Amino acid sequence: MSARSVFPQLEQLLPLVSKPIQYVGGELGAVVKDWDATTVRWALMYPDAYEVGLPNQGVQILYEVLNEQEDVLAERTYAVWPDLEALMREHGVPQFTVDAHRAVRDFDVLGLSFSTELGYTNMFTALDLAAIPLESKDRGDEDPIVLAGGHASFNPEPIADFLDAAVLGDGEEAVLEISGIIREWKAEGRPGGRDELLLRLARTESIYVPRFYDVDYLPDGRIQRVVPNRPDVPFRVAKRTTMDLDAWPYPKKPLVPLAETVHERYAVEIFRGCTRGCRFCQAGMITRPVRERSITTVGQMVKEGLEFSGFSEVGLLSLSSADHSEIGDMCSGLAEQYAGTNVSLSLPSTRVDAFNIDLAQELSKNGRRTGLTFAPEGGSERIRKVINKMVTEEDLIRTVVTAYSNGWRQVKLYFMCGLPTETDDDVAQIGRMAHEVIKAGRAAAGTKDIRCTVSIGGFVPKPHTPFQWAPMVRPEVIDARLKMLKDVINSDRSLGRAIGYRYHDGEPSLIEGLLSRGDRRVGAVIRRVWEKGGRFDGWSEHFSYARWIDAAAEVLPGFGVDLDWFTTRERDQAEVLPWDHLDSGLDKDWLWQDWQDSLSEYEQDDCRWTPCFDCGVCPSMDTEIQIGPTGKKLLPLTPVNNLRVPA
Amino acid sequence: MGGQAPVVQRIRIRYAKRGPLRFTSHRDFARAFERALRRAAVPIAFSQGFTPHPKISYASAAPTGVGSEAEYLEIGLQAEVDPAQLLTALDAALSPGLDVLEAVPAGEGSLADRIDASRWLLELPSVDPAVAAAAVKSFLGAAEVPVERMTKQGRRTFDARPAVTHIAVTEQSDLPSGAFAAPCAIIDLVVRQVTPAVRPDDVLSGLRVVAGLEPPVPPRVTRLAQGTLTPQGEIVDPLDADRAAIGGR
Repeated sequence: MSARSVFPQLEQLLPLVSKPIQYVGGELGAVVKDWDATTVRWALMYPDAYEVGLPNQGVQILYEVLNEQEDVLAERTYAVWPDLEALMREHGVPQFTVDAHRAVRDFDVLGLSFSTELGYTNMFTALDLAAIPLESKDRGDEDPIVLAGGHASFNPEPIADFLDAAVLGDGEEAVLEISGIIREWKAEGRPGGRDELLLRLARTESIYVPRFYDVDYLPDGRIQRVVPNRPDVPFRVAKRTTMDLDAWPYPKKPLVPLAETVHERYAVEIFRGCTRGCRFCQAGMITRPVRERSITTVGQMVKEGLEFSGFSEVGLLSLSSADHSEIGDMCSGLAEQYAGTNVSLSLPSTRVDAFNIDLAQELSKNGRRTGLTFAPEGGSERIRKVINKMVTEEDLIRTVVTAYSNGWRQVKLYFMCGLPTETDDDVAQIGRMAHEVIKAGRAAAGTKDIRCTVSIGGFVPKPHTPFQWAPMVRPEVIDARLKMLKDVINSDRSLGRAIGYRYHDGEPSLIEGLLSRGDRRVGAVIRRVWEKGGRFDGWSEHFSYARWIDAAAEVLPGFGVDLDWFTTRERDQAEVLPWDHLDSGLDKDWLWQDWQDSLSEYEQDDCRWTPCFDCGVCPSMDTEIQIGPTGKKLLPLTPVNNLRVPA
Repeated sequence: MGGQAPVVQRIRIRYAKRGPLRFTSHRDFARAFERALRRAAVPIAFSQGFTPHPKISYASAAPTGVGSEAEYLEIGLQAEVDPAQLLTALDAALSPGLDVLEAVPAGEGSLADRIDASRWLLELPSVDPAVAAAAVKSFLGAAEVPVERMTKQGRRTFDARPAVTHIAVTEQSDLPSGAFAAPCAIIDLVVRQVTPAVRPDDVLSGLRVVAGLEPPVPPRVTRLAQGTLTPQGEIVDPLDADRAAIGGR
């Protein structure tokens, strides 16, 4: 098999495109291996622009885990911008990896990480440029296995015809198991070709091979059932859970790009999973249970990650970072260790309470003060009960008052619009809340010179959440509410001037909703959009609502359904959902009960601190909550007084 | 805050941008260099103020996409280091292709004052050297060579001819990037630093203007030297004076 570099051809095109550095590789942490010395070869793709894809933790972790195996090679590929795409087509340059500029079609696996469904059209571009047939059924033994992972793969049905396989859940161990299966199959002389390899993957019961399942529909358009079309594959495919994050301390050697990217920091996950139970949050539902990384492993990773990368910022990531059982000691310990070094520490994704301000104070000891962001998500007490975001207005006011009186001049507040049962008044209350924040903040700070920013996004119901049955709100209603909120904010000129307002139109959310909860029939819509030029749908300057509406109107009536059917229609309990055969561990009856509780504005506790509420994940996945405290502390670092000269 | 340690040593560095990493922009390089300082644990000094910046000053940087064997910068340190060790440590901390070539303690005077011209190597694959030579002759014979370029102020026209002190087609081999199959015209070019800057791109535009020279593939450009232009047309290495000050070669 050939695996020559396409760089000589690509190089001629690079002077003609914008930001050519994103296509040349050469990052610190990048690995280039001898092709012929390896057996299993992965091309990992984050299907968005390099500047977004490079910092992605998932890809970096899998890249490192795979390359640590002696006979496995992993390289990376990203979506190319339209300027380069046009030149590649003109000059016959295929989709390439940035590491050794090899053609993607030469690899055994093309692994795509979908954080969001809006990357689907970019997958088509990559497949097409790679000369890999778009549909799984048209691929031959010379084509890579096209494999999806990431949160969107918990419902891969809209792209099922274009995937060979999908992995649900944590990838660290899955990629090694898949490599093992490919290694063995190759060693045996590739018996049974591609079909046998896919069968071996499916038999793990945790790798979904869509072509082995048939979907039957009822006359009214709903799904009747999804069943295996052969006897030797499981009825349901289960997600993966990596237990003991201390045993998987990746990334150890983070990729450090030369190009400018969206995050320039060493990011370390301090825990995975979240049991706060916010009903809109797919990440919190599908990543259960909570698994903490210990304070000492975090300390070690930060030390080595900074030494390796030279980054000057550390992000302590998770779905709700302040909930780590030793977050206080972790923050004060790290702040102590890096005092006077110009290293800044940040704690994104935190909850609304004053404890956060203490942590932020601790982290800003170095003098660099990062912004404070809180996410009440809903404007009224009522809607916050619906979504199970247990924050009262008093909590929020107390928190921001603490922030303003401790010297912060600006806080950001995140909200959503279009939530189930939402009324105009729920949204209007966001404006009144922002007014109260400014009033209380001015009093606390003793100055009028404080600000807050209200940032509001459209709600998209996601699979495997209690809102998977919920109707979406129409874009025109969302847009009207957003405009009304602006008027409420500006109804008091003095307060309104201190409030920044950022929002997104309702239209892209509706399309994201179509892709999130779609079934296999939606695949034809995505393909049509791509054929009509759809690219980079996560970018407002590239997204075209009209293109999606037109493609949906062209394709869906043939199936007896339409865009509304997938988006603004409420599902009932009996309906077979497109992802019911994909097991996130959550008990569907429990999700339904939580949806009913939501409608009656009844809140659910967090099982970390209260008894189990039977979501179903731990028993069905044979997992359990892993939390501290360990009682350990971070020790002072020995200052480096000498140049690090390589031996 | 405040109270940053003072500068006790200044070191001047020559570095190269080679191969694929010639597509590194100056901003990209600056970020990579600051990370390299941290990776190598270089005791860099910082400016005073609320957001302290590392003490680094750059001489004029080659354009994105242009390779270079002669980029210069100067750093201020809060503790003395051995320049040879600094060179090794920094070079190891940067990606291969961003290569640190020399590190010399700074003497009197400023680096910028010692740089007023650059020597460039232009490789034009698939261009017949005789055709290129004819174009160069027309360029040299022209009283003025008006070229256009997009600037931040919009499209503007300026004369590319006066800044060019030397331009010739050479028979050179063993080039830093010598990967092209024949035919390949190779041009040796010396350009003075003027305002507005005349870049190798502008000279290539000039060759199109005066002689209709249109390379079928993008030419490859490398900066070979920067320094003071002597009346004889030579370029003096800007670090010579610093080496002399410490009794070097």
